[in-house]
Amino acid sequence: MSFSVTEPNPATKWLAGLLVVGYAVITLIPLLWIIATGFKSPTDSIAYPPVVLFEPTLEGYVNLFTDRTRATEQMLAEAGPPQTWYDEIARARGTVISGPSRYGERFLNSVIIGFGSTALCMILGTAAAYAFSRFRVPLKDDLLFFILSTRMMPPIAVAIPIFLMFRNLGLNDTHIGMILLYTAVNLSLSVWLLKGFIDEIPVEYEEAALIDGYTRFQAFYKVVLPQAATGIASTAIFCLIFAWNEYAFAVLLTSGTAQTAPPFIPNIIGVNGKDWPAVAAGATIFLVPVMVFTVLLRKHLLRGITFGAVRK
Amino acid sequence: MAEVSLSGVTKSFGDDLALADVTMTVPDGSFVVLLGPTGAGKTTTLRMVSGLDVPDAGQIRIGGRDMAGLTPAQRDVAMVFQQYSLYPHLTVRQNLEFPLKSPVLRTPPAEIDRKVGEVAEVLQISHKLDNKATALSGGEMQRVSIGRALVRNPAVYLMDEPLSSLDAKLRSDLRIELKRIQANSGATLLYVTHDQIEAMTMATHVGVLDKGRLVQFGTPREIYENPVSLYAASRLGQPRINLLPADLFAGAPEGARSIGLRPEQILQGEGSDSMVRRVEHLGDQTRLHLVFRDHDLVTVTDAHTKLKGGDIVKIRPRNPYYFDAAGARIV
Repeated sequence: MSFSVTEPNPATKWLAGLLVVGYAVITLIPLLWIIATGFKSPTDSIAYPPVVLFEPTLEGYVNLFTDRTRATEQMLAEAGPPQTWYDEIARARGTVISGPSRYGERFLNSVIIGFGSTALCMILGTAAAYAFSRFRVPLKDDLLFFILSTRMMPPIAVAIPIFLMFRNLGLNDTHIGMILLYTAVNLSLSVWLLKGFIDEIPVEYEEAALIDGYTRFQAFYKVVLPQAATGIASTAIFCLIFAWNEYAFAVLLTSGTAQTAPPFIPNIIGVNGKDWPAVAAGATIFLVPVMVFTVLLRKHLLRGITFGAVRK
Repeated sequence: MAEVSLSGVTKSFGDDLALADVTMTVPDGSFVVLLGPTGAGKTTTLRMVSGLDVPDAGQIRIGGRDMAGLTPAQRDVAMVFQQYSLYPHLTVRQNLEFPLKSPVLRTPPAEIDRKVGEVAEVLQISHKLDNKATALSGGEMQRVSIGRALVRNPAVYLMDEPLSSLDAKLRSDLRIELKRIQANSGATLLYVTHDQIEAMTMATHVGVLDKGRLVQFGTPREIYENPVSLYAASRLGQPRINLLPADLFAGAPEGARSIGLRPEQILQGEGSDSMVRRVEHLGDQTRLHLVFRDHDLVTVTDAHTKLKGGDIVKIRPRNPYYFDAAGARIV
């Protein structure tokens, strides 16, 4: 008996492991630095040489979530002793908390727009991919190329026409406008990725379901969808990451109601001087949803990325 | 159960003519086997009946009802596919329940359990019911897939080489089982294969397809003993019929181009000399490979034959078939 795969020897394994760990460290350092900066005091955050060991404080997070006003000695005395731990942190800097900041709202906007556009993109993308994969669509190749071509330039290249269009349609600074825009940008990628996944599902399964007494739509829903779950999950991650991180359109098209977190975070810098710990805290929290989403779907993601890599 | 009739069914895929004017009646309660090599149009015929494909011309009737415009679900047919047959995301039990739970059938749960249990018993897969469909061996998968058809009581069962991927033992077991189920239930069955043993053992009728045309339709015996053409003659019989130039032996009729000799049509011990090239003992059959005037022949002989390579044996044709230049039988 012969094996086509040879077991690597321990030395190669170690070397490979070392390379992977080394690469991981290099890519993770900026991430760790941002997380650490969020817990530093403003002085530590801009110290040179940079401090690695520091006394952690929640000041950055308090500053992120609150608006504060500078208070005189007299005002502080009148206000009485601090009521909460975050009051205390604000007082220590000679400020009083005047109310919550807009970060919460902006973050919620990001969630609504990011997940909303991802969901819409999956619904439309799966339907279109299924049709392209299974039916004789007139001008199929041309249409597929046309869909792909919408991604051949950077989306921001059409920012001005989109801005004008949104203004006329009343979509400026609305959730629905941003959801539609991100869906449109992501759709070409989704249709192409999902078509690949659906192409890999043998058509015999649906035919069996059709004969077993189901309609075309029921066969799609009961037989194709469960098998396409892996592809849909990995495509959804790509779409979410784009919509979540998108900055340029968000700056241009949103300002108040529908502003997402990315254009808001740099705003923090301008409010009370360069408040790097608050910026870092905002960035850290901003990372969490995508991380959770990716971790939840990681089993699918790994399968999705390697899916179809092997020709049968 | 119902009669299935095709009249003038024609289908092409692009420039390829898959079925040409096929007319055939599958009688109620019969077991019809479609025989032919790959590309003869066997599977296409099944797909036309099932409604997965639509004929370009011609009519298909099931139980007297015209099927034009009806979806597969509306036709009340069950089909066993050659491969990729089980829903991979479901368990064996869910696979078997799938057709019973369809909006067309909506079987009550107690009835579903009873039927699934019954079919699992027959196909000896009861112990695997809660396994994932992908965790089965090839043979088990195919049995489940046959089971998924058998849980229903459709107008007609369509089977596309259901046994071709199984090992020899299982194949012969299931052959008997399928025949028994069909005979007991009186089901109408349209079955595609290129395995002539399946055709001979199970069929009440055999349809021979050649490049999309139905060249002969009849009982297996009829097709074996009275083939209409050289092509039909070479579909059945093991060893295959020997085809030689007609003028090799005396007595060929006018216009005969070739002579067809099944083993039982070769009389040994009289006639002209031929040389034994090899003797093959297959256990149930002893084959004699002969050379006759530079032409190779295969026939069968007595199991205890003393013949060996290099010997001379006399042979003579007995009631052979003659075929003309186009391959049609000359009677």
